[in-house]
Formats: sequence, C-alpha cells, structure tokens
Amino acid sequence: MHVIVCVKQIPDPALPGELDPATNTLKREGKLILDESDGYGVEMALQLVTAAGGGEVSLVSMAPNDEVSGLRTALAMGAAKAVLVSDPALSGADALTTAKVLGAATKKLDDADLILAGTESSDGYTGTVPEQLAEVLGLPSVTFAKTVEVADGALKVDRQTEAGYDEVSCPLPAVVSVTAGVVEPRYPSFKGIMAAKSKPVETVTLGDLGIDAVSWAQQIVSVDDAPEREAGEVIEDDGEAFGKIVEFLDNLKVI
Amino acid sequence: MSDSVASSPFYTEDHDAFREVVRQFAEKEIAPHVHEWDLAGEVPRDLYNKAGAIGFFGDGFDEEFGGHGQRDALMRLVLMQEISRAGSGGVVAALLSNYIGLPPVQKFGSDELKARVLTPCMSGEAIAALAITEPSGGSDVARIRTTARRDGDHYVINGSKTFITSGMRADFFTTAVRTGGEGAAGLSMVVIDGDSPGLDRTPLDKMGWLASDTATLYFDDVRVPVENLLGHEGAGFSMIVNNFNPERIDLAAQSIAFARVCYEEALAWARERETFGKRLADHQVIRHKLVEMDRRINANQAWLELLAWRLNAGDDPVAEICEAKVDATLAFEFCAREAAQILGGASYLRGDTVERLYREVRVQAIGGGSEEIMRDLAGRQIGL
Ligand SMILES: Cc1cc2nc3c(=O)[nH]c(=O)nc-3n(C[C@H](O)[C@H](O)[C@H](O)COP(=O)(O)OP(=O)(O)OC[C@H]3O[C@@H](n4cnc5c(N)ncnc54)[C@H](O)[C@@H]3O)c2cc1C
Repeated sequence: MHVIVCVKQIPDPALPGELDPATNTLKREGKLILDESDGYGVEMALQLVTAAGGGEVSLVSMAPNDEVSGLRTALAMGAAKAVLVSDPALSGADALTTAKVLGAATKKLDDADLILAGTESSDGYTGTVPEQLAEVLGLPSVTFAKTVEVADGALKVDRQTEAGYDEVSCPLPAVVSVTAGVVEPRYPSFKGIMAAKSKPVETVTLGDLGIDAVSWAQQIVSVDDAPEREAGEVIEDDGEAFGKIVEFLDNLKVI
Repeated sequence: MSDSVASSPFYTEDHDAFREVVRQFAEKEIAPHVHEWDLAGEVPRDLYNKAGAIGFFGDGFDEEFGGHGQRDALMRLVLMQEISRAGSGGVVAALLSNYIGLPPVQKFGSDELKARVLTPCMSGEAIAALAITEPSGGSDVARIRTTARRDGDHYVINGSKTFITSGMRADFFTTAVRTGGEGAAGLSMVVIDGDSPGLDRTPLDKMGWLASDTATLYFDDVRVPVENLLGHEGAGFSMIVNNFNPERIDLAAQSIAFARVCYEEALAWARERETFGKRLADHQVIRHKLVEMDRRINANQAWLELLAWRLNAGDDPVAEICEAKVDATLAFEFCAREAAQILGGASYLRGDTVERLYREVRVQAIGGGSEEIMRDLAGRQIGL
C-alpha cells in the first residue's frame, strides 16, 4: 500500500510569531518544524501500511527556502521519501493554490492508494486544503476521520461529528483528513533520525511541476489584535459576599 | 542556554534532532508523573520500553545488539541533560543503571553474552545494574571482599553489595568480585543473572532518588557460568576505573541540568511573586542570587561541552572530568539552596521540584566517586 501524507512545516509555535506587514501572512524565514497536527496523519499512515502488511509512506510539502527540517522529522518517524515544493512565487499563497500545488506534487510520486492530511494547520487554520486537494485530483474526500481502515480495497472511516461519528465507506484512492489527537504519534528514534538523513527528498519548483504561473484571489485585508481579556469583577467579602456571587451566577443562568 | 546548533559550535543537526525527541519524551512521559513515582518508590516498568523505543539506551553500543553503533559524548550530554529536565534524579538514575552496568559487557563480553544481555536491555525489556560498592566501603574499590571461586565451568560467588541502583529489579548485575589475592590485581568482573539461586535482595529506604529502587544484594553460593566473566581474571580493576569516567561526566551533566531546573523555577517565581511592593526579582539580593546561579550553570555547561568534544576527539581528560563532577555538583547544590530560598515556604512542600532536587543533590556529590575522592584522583592525575 502506498500512502501519501500532506505535511506542513511551520514556524515553531513555542516561539513568538511575526506577521509580514506587506502580506499580513506569517513570516516563515527561520527553521520550520513539522506541524503537530500533521504528526497524526503520518502516524496513521505508518499504522495503515503496517496493517496492510507492507508498502510505503511518502510525503508532500510546500515550504519556502527549501526547508526540510519538518520533513526530516516525519522521515525519522518512518516515512520513506518526500517531495518538497519550494518556490519564491508561492510566498503568501492561499489555500486553493496550496491544494493545486500539492496535487501536482503527488504526481511526482507513484500513484497513491490513499492521501492523508491534517484537518487544519496549526498556523493558518483555514481547514480547507484537504477538500480542495480532493477536488483538484478528482478523488473522493472524507473529512474529520477518527479511525481509518482499509479492507478489501475500500476505505472505512469513522468520521467525527458534533453528536458522535458517521461510519463512512468509500472507494480508494481517496483524500482523508485526520482529526488531531486520534492516534499517538510515535517519537522519532535515534536510528530513525540517522536513517532519515539519507532518505530521498526531491525539492522542486513550480516549473518542475509544469505550473507556469500562479495567482490567487484570496487576500488578508487586515489583521487585528485579539481583544485583551477584561479584568473580572472583584467582590470584597463583607460577610455578605456570597449573596452577590449567587446573584452573579444566577444572572449568567449557570445556577 | 547553549543547547543547539544555533548557540554552540559543538552540536550538529543530529544532536538537535535527538535533543528535540528526548525533550518531548521527558516533558510528556516523565515530568507529569515524577511525584507519583517518588511516592510509589519506582518508575513503571514500561517506561524502559518507551525509552528503548526512542533509542535512549544505545550510545556506545553495537548496532547489531540494538545500540547506536557509535559513541558520541556530545549526544550523550544531550541525552543526559534533556532527560534531567523532568526534574527527577530518581527517574534518571533508574533509567541510567543500564549506562553504568552495560559498558563492560559491550567492551569485554563475548558475542553470545552481548546478544543475551545487551539486546533486551537496549529495547527496555531487561534492566542492567552495576554492583561495585560493598557494605564495607565504596571509595576504596581495591578492597572489594565479594569472592568468586572457580568450580569446574562455574564461579561460585559469596559476599554482599550495597547501594545498588535498580538492585531490586535488575535482570543482570555487572559485578566486581575477587577471583585472586589481595588488592587491585585480584579483581574480576562477572555478569550475574538476576534470577540466580542464592541471590537475595533487600530494598533501601533513601533520602532522595525515591523513584529509583536501591538495594543491598546478598550472594550465597551463587553459581555463575565462566562464560559470564568479562575479559580475563584480574582485569576487573581497570574495567571499574574506566567505567567511572563516563559515569562521572554523566553525573556532572545531569547535575547542571538539575541546577538549571532549580534556576528556572526560581526565576519564574521571582518574576511573579511580589513582596514589599515589588517583584522578588527587583530586590537586589534576589537578583544577585539568580545571576550567581546562571553564572555557575553557564560556566559548567561550557566546560562539559568542551570535555565531551575532547572525548570525541580521542582525548582522555580524567583529571578534568573529576574536577567537572565536583564543580557541577557544587553548582547544583548552590542552585538548589538558592532556589529554595527564593521560593520560600513553597520549596519545603513535598511534591515541589526544588524540594526534590534539594534532597537529591546529596547523592550526586557522593555516588560514582565522592567529591573528596574526585579531588584526590584529580590531584594524582595532575601529578601533585
Ligand atoms: C543512592 C545511591 C545509589 C548508588 N548506586 C550505586 C550503584 O548502582 N552501584 C554501586 O556500585 N554503587 C552505588 N552507590 C554507592 C556509591 O558509589 C558509594 O556510596 C560511594 O562510592 C562512596 O562509598 P561509601 O558510601 O562506601 O563511602 P566510603 O567509601 O566509606 O567513604 C565515606 C566518606 O569518606 C570519604 N573518603 C573515603 N576515602 C577518602 C580518602 N581517601 N580521602 C578523603 N576522603 C575519603 C568519602 O568521600 C566519603 O564521603 C550508590 C550510592 C547511593 C547513595
């Protein structure tokens, strides 16, 4: 079985991020790491390949400056190879453009039985790339998967809903978005880290993918700071404070 | 902190990548549980399997037996310091008994013995321990009394060992025994299986390292196949001595990581806590304490990285490793004390990280060669 996983490499969320004032998008110049929400897709893909009794997990990613640090993490977890699209013309690209580029990148690899992606990235949160990728590739799209099983050449997915989950069946190949937290991503091992250094990562430009020009309609027109949290009300206890607290909670309709 | 390619010339991308893994491992798998494990008096058995899965035990061991296939003192420094960030010497000691018990097997064991001992220990299925110290003394290694008498194709072991880390649960004991006459030349090293008839263990109740089990071992006519002898008879003393160098730099590396944990706890508190109308960090007395802590940590860290680099380059700086262990444990002791002062009463409560480290400092300065012995050995190496 061949599973392709879309992985995003993002600035370390533990460090303070900065916006580019010209484009209102996140600055991505420094080292990028594997988006935590994509760790679940990588883990699920590795488990599926093991369950299938053999095969390979490949990665596709789009990132500036030929950045491969995040890809190396996924390779160290056990993925076999990767295609990275890195092109200055893609700086600030919107979600649809990303989906088109990733779709073209999957063509650099053998045909996939299954394509996995996270439901949304931790830095952009548009949450639309997997569905758009399915459309670009003309494949069925299943979203918010909490379990994924392949049996008799078809896909069985439990799809998270607000009330519970749907049981979805779907032919392969398909694009599936994986809900964060549904599997426990393995730690890369020392051996995995060393082996990842010699795993193939093909870095390509738009030209290499046969894409002449890109343009996108989506623009971030303005960015506002999140409103500061307002100070709470302090009730001094004069022996009767409990009454005020009861009244306050009553007004909130919590009691 | 000098802890990455970005901040130190010694580290490579490989060090950074493994550092990240061990850091996350310590943060997620260890830090939330350290108090609970202190109360339990042990770490869960499956922590060894989890640590084995990331390759935690492999530095310096052959790849065919599950090791890294390389010895990298800088990688080892990374490993020690990141695992120590969880703030529990007990957890570190428990996991680390492999790193003191197994190197003699790697260097002097037959392939058969290595396959039987190293392979399960690398994966975390088995645990190894080092048994040198005896009730009659630990510093004076040449006076070991436990005997191994040859009987056909076995040695028969009689005697006792004490203060043995992982002693209650270890599957293999790399043990110093007397096969010959008096003094250093009569010592040998054998591997004793944990399930050998005639081997008894009793637990020791300690001041710190509570999450690590420590035991006294009794050998009563314990029969050990001669294949379990490491190297040749009489080679034990030099094995013991050579095994101490990595253990000592490991203990120094842990101590500085623990010192940093104390410093960071104190720093966070000093920035938040207000007394007499200003933050603790705004009182000059407290500022100076924090800077003193940082100063000593930084100096030790730089020294340790340089020593690790020299070890990788083939140098054997025995005197400096002794000195570094002394300075690192003194710095740790200082930082634990000053952090406790800054935290005030909070540092006296069970479960507090500084409270735990304050107790654990003591063993860092005694185990693996006490401060006094370290100074003495350094003095001899320098040729005073
Ligand atoms: C929690 C814990 C875990 C341990 N784990 C292990 C283990 O896994 N395996 C193992 O083999 N051992 C282990 N040890 C033992 C440890 O290595 C010894 O405690 C240490 O070597 C000191 O030996 P001792 O306690 O017998 O003290 P002694 O050798 O009796 O010395 C007592 C004191 O006298 C000082 N002293 C001794 N000789 C001199 C001298 N020539 N000049 C000046 N001062 C001197 C020492 O510094 C020491 O402070 C552990 C100890 C502890 C506390």
